[in-house]
Amino acid sequence: MRTTDIRNPDYFHKVVDCQWACPAHTPVPEYIRLIAAGRYADAYMVNWYSNVFPGILGRTCDRPCEPACRRGRVEEENTDKPEPVAICRLKRVAADNKGDVSARMPAPPAIKNGKRIACVGGGPASLTVARDLAPQGYHITVFDQDPKAGGFMRTQVPRFRLPEEVIDEEVGYIVDSGVEFVGNRRIDSLKSLLNEGWDAVFVGCGAPRGRDLDLPGRQESAGQIHIGIDWLASVSFGHIEKVGKRVIVLGGGNTAMDCCRSARRLGGDDVKVIVRSGFEEMKASPWEKEDAQHEGIPIINYHVPKTFEHENGRLTGMTFEVVRAEYDAKGRRQLVPTGEPDAFFPCDEVLIAVGQENAFPWIERDLGLEFDQWGLPALNEKTFQSTVPNVFFGGDAAFGPKNIIWAVAHGHDAAISIDKYLSEENLTERPSPHVNLVSQKMGIHEWSYDNDISSEMRHVVPWAAAEKTLKSIKVEVELGFDQKTAWAETQRCLNCDVQTVFKAPLCIECDGCVDICPMDCISFTPDGEEGELRQRLTAPALNTSQDLYVADGLKTGRVMVKDEDVCLHCGLCAERCPTGAWDMQKFLLEMAHAGPACRTPTTRRNAA
Amino acid sequence: MTYLAKPKLHHPSMPTNARGFTRRDYEGRISTLCAGCGHDSISAAIIQACWEEDIEPHRVAKLSGIGCSSKTPDYFLGNSHGFNTVHGRMPSVLTGANLANRSLLYLGISGDGDSASIGLGQFAHLMRRGVNMTYICENNGVYGLTKGQFSATADKGSASKKGVANMDAPLDTVSLALLMGATFVARGFSGDKGQLVPLIRAALRHQGSAFIDVISPCVAFNNHAGSTKSYDYVRAHNESVNFLDFIEAREEITTDYAPGTAVDVVQHDGSVIRLHKAAADYNATDKVSAMNYIQSHQAKGEIVTGLLYMENSPSDIHRNLNTVEQPLNSLGAPELCPGSAILEKINASLR
Repeated sequence: MRTTDIRNPDYFHKVVDCQWACPAHTPVPEYIRLIAAGRYADAYMVNWYSNVFPGILGRTCDRPCEPACRRGRVEEENTDKPEPVAICRLKRVAADNKGDVSARMPAPPAIKNGKRIACVGGGPASLTVARDLAPQGYHITVFDQDPKAGGFMRTQVPRFRLPEEVIDEEVGYIVDSGVEFVGNRRIDSLKSLLNEGWDAVFVGCGAPRGRDLDLPGRQESAGQIHIGIDWLASVSFGHIEKVGKRVIVLGGGNTAMDCCRSARRLGGDDVKVIVRSGFEEMKASPWEKEDAQHEGIPIINYHVPKTFEHENGRLTGMTFEVVRAEYDAKGRRQLVPTGEPDAFFPCDEVLIAVGQENAFPWIERDLGLEFDQWGLPALNEKTFQSTVPNVFFGGDAAFGPKNIIWAVAHGHDAAISIDKYLSEENLTERPSPHVNLVSQKMGIHEWSYDNDISSEMRHVVPWAAAEKTLKSIKVEVELGFDQKTAWAETQRCLNCDVQTVFKAPLCIECDGCVDICPMDCISFTPDGEEGELRQRLTAPALNTSQDLYVADGLKTGRVMVKDEDVCLHCGLCAERCPTGAWDMQKFLLEMAHAGPACRTPTTRRNAA
Repeated sequence: MTYLAKPKLHHPSMPTNARGFTRRDYEGRISTLCAGCGHDSISAAIIQACWEEDIEPHRVAKLSGIGCSSKTPDYFLGNSHGFNTVHGRMPSVLTGANLANRSLLYLGISGDGDSASIGLGQFAHLMRRGVNMTYICENNGVYGLTKGQFSATADKGSASKKGVANMDAPLDTVSLALLMGATFVARGFSGDKGQLVPLIRAALRHQGSAFIDVISPCVAFNNHAGSTKSYDYVRAHNESVNFLDFIEAREEITTDYAPGTAVDVVQHDGSVIRLHKAAADYNATDKVSAMNYIQSHQAKGEIVTGLLYMENSPSDIHRNLNTVEQPLNSLGAPELCPGSAILEKINASLR
């Protein structure tokens, strides 16, 4: 096998599973250690720099980091219920306990550079662009149809999951850094916006159209059938304060979960989620499904909506065809009727949450801005630039509905592109991340990180009493970890960013590391092809999504192979190494953000 | 060395043996030896061998003397019986224990100081008597606990860490064990578990005195250029004579080897240890030629490793003394005090 090139930043970045999985590549173990040290404000700033909305994300993030977390794999066959570190909820701990960080936020620049950028939509993507570019001297104006900035975070995420103050605070940090926010102004023509003479336009207007279900009876009982995201927005703005007693929510995504839990709080005693697919295949995150069920909301699967039943112009219920899943030879799923009689569920109101679509009726088709066959703008996937050079897209408006953390990641990249575009640079030349690799050795068996492995199980976030939370839509359900529980949870983190770095010339092949490794990660063995080598290591390395760390140059001609898969990063290999061939080194990777540091150095530019 | 206990977590795919134990269940406490010590590798090899042999930990008694090596029983088989004896006196305590209860598996751990200096007499007599045990000598050629003076097994001419040469002739424990009548004699290297683990397994199965000398570099005091017990020197001069396969009694022996390349040795339980020859002219079942081979290769500066000698049907101290089968602690009053009629009979036979 080829020797591993640890100078390639991607190699160790992949080992930090959580950071690699995070669209914004937030250095998770770094801020978890800061939380453990009680340095909440520092932990918050590490987050803020990377993901802009730590308090919001600490409550609502889709957490791609958690399914990726090594702790879950490590606990397999070791505990009854293997679980990742509660990364998302630890982020909230940093936000809850940080105190006043306003002094650490960037102040509006004293001198502006004279360039004006319009952001369409006041959601997370636009706000990220604004945060990255305003301190650089750009004049940023954010337009939104609603009176306050926040977009989806404000209009669709219900208040019992995300209190208004948290949005106000974190949106405020951005607006206060010298961003102009224009509320209550809906942009309905890109042409006229461009005619206003902006140097660049960023479109972060989201995916604002909820899908409808055109079934028999839809028109006749229109008054009691609502599109989920529109209904949530009306609830958020206080236009809707009540719902019928019996509510059916159609759809299996996170919006459906927000709809059913909101309905439960607005007078819905009998709220059901009814979904076409199987429970397991539902798009909603597992924890959101659990939360809904926890509040006594049944989720009925394999029911395909057929008709809206009505009498005298009033909705009386819905009928569903009962199906089951069948898989063909290629593994594709088909929903086949079981032949059972159609199911009827009486109800007073229906919320349709079966997906969202992008809609750009306000973009004139004669501007030269091209769209693809799905009606999405034709973009360069890395630069987010459209076919009109000074128009950029990001968030749900770019590649269809995703989530907040993806919108933030898009915003960072689009901001770099806009900055480069307005500096007349090549947009496709992207800045490398900032990488640092430093030994953590403090003494013979002393490290600057806590290498003892906690055997505690994942801690559960406490909830406010159900009788209180179900009464009002504004009472936050989750209470967040207290500091003591948070500390215990931080100890479950394996510090995957503290890397095992091997120097073959120092190794005397004493086997000390092989013997002490609790997870049998290390082998010294004759070289071979990867597939075959994976089978004959100290423990078989069967998770091919995890790399093998291979080093040659040993005296016996063998190779050192370390399977990164379930390494605890406990550092015992390095403690047992008599020659320092193993060392524990902290790998800190921070993504580049827009600004002078991201631009191509003048020397290189002149040479080109 | 480390002050951190090894985390209890283990690899998700870790297998269990016929007793339902994982290899981790055969571990002991965390080692306090120097980082890189060969003795820790030997402990790991013992753990591996006991796991592979499906040994019940509570059926093992581990005994040791004094020294770095003799500390190691704390670091493996944490659920077995242990006895840390006086310096060099492990053989006599072990002989006593074995006489009192032959149903246990005896594992004696010693070092070159404990066996070849202060305990040399005990070592020789233990081998002579044929006590059924596995004796592992963790041989590093120096007194590590007292900071690196030469031990009796240090080669003549080898240099200390400070550069002073050893002028005394070395004591070869392998040759001595053969001479004294050990019925299983092997030599291994802590840096080669592939060879060492099968040797320990074969020794554990052997129903007589089994002796394994394991060269185990002392990283702190005897792993420099000029040492003949360093990782580099042993790797460069290792002359392995054979390697082992285990064939269980119930398995049919099907593989064929070219004549003269493998020797099958049938064990007391019907299982077979197959010796694959690495050195064509080596015969591990002929004691005299084995001794010749070891001496002549040693004279060339080579370190002969592998299973050096095995007697097919060894005798042991219990058979020689015609002792009772049962452990003494399970004998009741009627067996221990059979009554005046029997006493009369014995007395009459002596008159």
